[in-house]
Amino acid sequence: MTTLRNAACIVGVDESDEIGILPGKSQLALHLEAVTNAVHDAGLTVADVDGIFTAGQHSPALLGEALGVTPRYVDGTSVGGCSFIIMVEHAVLALHHGLCDVAVVSHGESGRSQVGVTRTRDTSLSGQFEIPFGFGPASTYFSLITTRHMHEHGTTLEQWAQVAVSTRQWACLNPKARFREPITIADVLRSRPVVWPFNLLNVCLVTDGGGAVVLTRADRARDCAKTPVYVRGMGEATEHVSITQMHRLTFSEATRLSGERAFRTAGVASADFDHIMLYDAFTSGPPIMLESLGIAKPGEGVRFFEEGRSTPGGKLPINTNGGGLSYTHTGMYGIFPIIEATRQLRGECGPRQVPDCRLSLVNGMGGMLSAAGTLVLSSQP
Amino acid sequence: MEPERPLPRPITPETRPYWDGLKQGKLLLPKCAACRHVFFYPRVVCPRCHSRDLGWIESRGRGTLHSFAIAQQAFNPAFKVAPPYVLAMIELEEGPRMLSNLINVKPDPTAIACDMEVEVVFQKVADDVTLPLFQPARR
Repeated sequence: MTTLRNAACIVGVDESDEIGILPGKSQLALHLEAVTNAVHDAGLTVADVDGIFTAGQHSPALLGEALGVTPRYVDGTSVGGCSFIIMVEHAVLALHHGLCDVAVVSHGESGRSQVGVTRTRDTSLSGQFEIPFGFGPASTYFSLITTRHMHEHGTTLEQWAQVAVSTRQWACLNPKARFREPITIADVLRSRPVVWPFNLLNVCLVTDGGGAVVLTRADRARDCAKTPVYVRGMGEATEHVSITQMHRLTFSEATRLSGERAFRTAGVASADFDHIMLYDAFTSGPPIMLESLGIAKPGEGVRFFEEGRSTPGGKLPINTNGGGLSYTHTGMYGIFPIIEATRQLRGECGPRQVPDCRLSLVNGMGGMLSAAGTLVLSSQP
Repeated sequence: MEPERPLPRPITPETRPYWDGLKQGKLLLPKCAACRHVFFYPRVVCPRCHSRDLGWIESRGRGTLHSFAIAQQAFNPAFKVAPPYVLAMIELEEGPRMLSNLINVKPDPTAIACDMEVEVVFQKVADDVTLPLFQPARR
């Protein structure tokens, strides 16, 4: 497994031309913009792309067709928002074995405006055992995780609110973020109740946008336009889809497994990171991820978000793009933390740049902590 | 009579005995004949030993409130129960967990606690659909 360490690099990243509320852009348009922008960022051409990795409503074959590419490696792993993080691992494997030479992991979603969207899914489980009881949106499930965590660990509404406050501080420094005004704990607690214990500011945005990441083997990476970012460690796992099947509501087994392999492949320990990106669909997600990754003790994840710790100037910056809570969240958010970590490691983040950023952790979830993907990214081999 | 809630669907062949049991005021749970594991939701393979040799038991209808949340807004136009209402994850004493609503209780976090004892209430919601709801146990 350590032969995969630094075998491949991220050489290009970008979002779609715009992200936010875009009723004039189809889902496919957002996706195509993101891919072409990321390929341009790498200093490559679309004709160079021979590996396509995507999840959501566009199959890799559709993306290939739309781009005029006939990929010799495809992957459509679809386990929720972290699918893109997991597919970076798959891209490293494919590149390492020479099954493709230029891989693109990409996403496009008209999550807010629903332009060009259809819904087809097996609903036999949720339709029988969840919907009749008023469950439905993700907030109705993740709230159960949050309530149980409060019961077992004594976490408070104020502590969850601090996660939103700290994350918003980073959004204030990101010109692409949707919301860029600072907020307070009181603002979060006063925001519109959604499903207790969540108010509006505990819940991620719903936006439109796309993102893409281009990878090549390490030896080719040096010929690309920008400083390569090394994929040093990778992991993935799934535990459940239905929340009743989650072994412990307050701990993500998928995250534990995914993180362990990523740390082991990378040969790093949690204290080594300069920067962390955690998929924040809800304020309670990142603290529970830190606990499941073994970075925080059980019940202590919220401490990492206290003032001065994960915030600008703090010892361990977290979610420096402003997160799903304040920057963007299309529905399947996982491509965006990879883009932010890459930019931080390249040193191109301007006012929100983490000083001397060399090692970054990206951890995402799919569903309700149901699936996990973890990457350790490095500015050096 | 228009139902107040979206009716459970699609009913699949392996879940039909469960829904038929509810109509008769019984909460049936799948039980593996090979390893005796009791589980939920019903499926054609035991999730523990993967045997196909499955049967049903009748639950006593008692359990604890493993977790809860309180919906403050309507999410689904077909779900006409007025907010606030309590979303519940029940842990039955036979072992499995299931989602439901907690009723006959003030929908307020001060009135509800994780691990409180609960009991099933069979609620007829349409001519041939009965749902298992739960209320605080009466001792």
